[in-house]
Amino acid sequence: MSIKDRMSGNEAIATAMRQINPDVFAMFPITPSTEIPQYFAQYVADGQADTEFITVESEHSSLSACMGAEAAGCRAVTATSSAGLSYMNEILYVVASARLPVVMAVATRALTGPININHDYSDSMAERDSGFIQIYSENNQEAYDNYLQAHRIGEHPDVRLPVMICEEGFITSHALENILLEEDDAVKKFVGEYHPENYLLNREAPLAVGPYGVSSYYMEARVAQAEAMKAAKRVILEVAEDFERTFGRHYSFFEEYRMGDAEIALVLMGSSAGTARESVDELREQGVKCGLIKVRVFRPFPAEELAAALQNCKAVAVLDKSEGFSANGGPLYAETAAGCVNMDKRPKLVDIVYGLGGRDFTVEQGIRVLRRLEKIAATGETGPVYTHMGQRDLREEVQ
Amino acid sequence: MAYNLKQEMNKAERFSPGQTLCAGCGAGITCRAMLRALDPGDKAVVCNATSCLEVSTFQFPYTAWHDSYIHSAFENTSAVATGVEAAYRMMKKKGKIDETYKILAIGGDGGTYDIGFQSLSGAMERGTDFTYFCYDNEAYMNTGIQRSSATPKFANSTTTPPGTESTGKQQGQKLLTDICVAHGIPYAAQTTYLGNMKDFHEKAHKAIYTEGPAFVNVLSPCPRGWQYSTELLPTICKLAVDTCFWPLYEVVDGEYHLTYMPKQKIPVVEFMKLQGRFKHCFQPGNEWTLEAAQQWVDERWEKLLAKCK
Repeated sequence: MSIKDRMSGNEAIATAMRQINPDVFAMFPITPSTEIPQYFAQYVADGQADTEFITVESEHSSLSACMGAEAAGCRAVTATSSAGLSYMNEILYVVASARLPVVMAVATRALTGPININHDYSDSMAERDSGFIQIYSENNQEAYDNYLQAHRIGEHPDVRLPVMICEEGFITSHALENILLEEDDAVKKFVGEYHPENYLLNREAPLAVGPYGVSSYYMEARVAQAEAMKAAKRVILEVAEDFERTFGRHYSFFEEYRMGDAEIALVLMGSSAGTARESVDELREQGVKCGLIKVRVFRPFPAEELAAALQNCKAVAVLDKSEGFSANGGPLYAETAAGCVNMDKRPKLVDIVYGLGGRDFTVEQGIRVLRRLEKIAATGETGPVYTHMGQRDLREEVQ
Repeated sequence: MAYNLKQEMNKAERFSPGQTLCAGCGAGITCRAMLRALDPGDKAVVCNATSCLEVSTFQFPYTAWHDSYIHSAFENTSAVATGVEAAYRMMKKKGKIDETYKILAIGGDGGTYDIGFQSLSGAMERGTDFTYFCYDNEAYMNTGIQRSSATPKFANSTTTPPGTESTGKQQGQKLLTDICVAHGIPYAAQTTYLGNMKDFHEKAHKAIYTEGPAFVNVLSPCPRGWQYSTELLPTICKLAVDTCFWPLYEVVDGEYHLTYMPKQKIPVVEFMKLQGRFKHCFQPGNEWTLEAAQQWVDERWEKLLAKCK
């Protein structure tokens, strides 16, 4: 039986962690993810979790401690944001290449500068090629549900990769919303026990982790890791199916909204979907054949599936909530475009970077983008392909 | 039980030959002696910082380590050890293992004094139950002999070359052992390779079997960086302690104990003149560097004596 409750995304993730009761939690505070270890510290203090809770001296060390614990044979978790995630950068790659399924909650937040504590995806997107699986959440419910699926995905023998469960700083992490929680026993049963095949504290056989891989061996290790990321696609869907059977909520690589006969569409991530559904609904009422796709799984990127979902569209706007400074659009656009490029009939694509550092996204903006897509669909002319939306001076913007 | 070298050498080897460390390198001696200090039957997890030692002993698909071993990065070994130790406690708590495991960390001076200092300091402050061995060869040897904060004054390194305007490194060494002591850890010591290795063995054993964080700083000569003939390794170690360049002491619960008093304190030039890294100090016009080096050793030695019971 699901339990109706009301809580923030941070508390939802902390609750999921308490229910899973990981062996080791290594933490270092950073806004806006700090509440997750704070809640968890209280669970440990109150005996609701018997996790080894380690308060380290930096994010670099929190992930390093997770690496040690996971390699030793335990489930290890952490949480971070923004500069903390950037500080972990080196070790993200090390953990992923050591094929250790550490699970990390990320309350996504802008990177400095200027320094800013609000949401965009510049932190997580900067780590998109680190080898972590990345799953994004629209709201507290998804943050909770995604977290419950994370260990099973990462620990699967065909995958063995670390997982980032991303929520949005303040928008999701701190806003209180209704939520359906699952019972502790049901969660424990769904997630299961961790039984690694090889680990440092295996009394039967010692293990060596983290070798020097010279040129004649390095590439094979990287290819094996790449294959694992491909295999993660299947496992993500399998775990989502079991999650739906068990708890009744459906998940996939992305969510399609009113895409059936859509000729124009938005592709975006996270909480903006709630706003953009309103934009789509308003124009649908006016007879515009529009829809949206909310991407949930960014790594592995579901390129083929996304391209198939967009194949009947004439024009698509990708909304990127991080600026990649590529001078060619943001990361979601780059991936979407790469996914579509080999289709015989493909939509015109534009990229719109928006919402940086917590800048609001509005229903009106969503409508404006859809109206622009209507023009592109009608004329076949994209105009400027890579633009920014929501600046203080609207005269700067492409309408 | 009294220390007996023969008996110690009869223990099963836990560090294989055939790794690719240089002849005359101290790192391998440190590893063998460190592992001999484990009681037979006790298991270990060795956490190793990126270093000459790491790239020489765990080149895929070969490992020299008979015990479980983990390398992650240059600067995070103590944090990795913290995670391993937490996992060990958890698995004990859950009844998944009943063996005794000792968590050992090992890094060079670069990975310990410098880039790894933050994680070392954090682990000591947290009270992680582990023993950190620093094989201190007084420079970044793996990258080609760049100066570290453990490089002695006037040493030639590739980033402190002597020249018409320079006499090598201008700063003295950071006193890392004392800094570790300041963390309030229960055991810290300095040692090197001396005679029958009794000093090393006893300190390593005490460190490993002291509950909580322990730190052992091992002067670990490097033939490439120090520029000596490989067979001189024991001579150089002996001179390091007899000149009081590298005093041997241990600190138990904050109390300093000198563990080796030279019969006669030898001038530091005797230590320096065997090493190419100090060659320029002996050139005409640079005599003052020898005096300054002696002064630096004397001051440090006097301060240490004042602290020792």
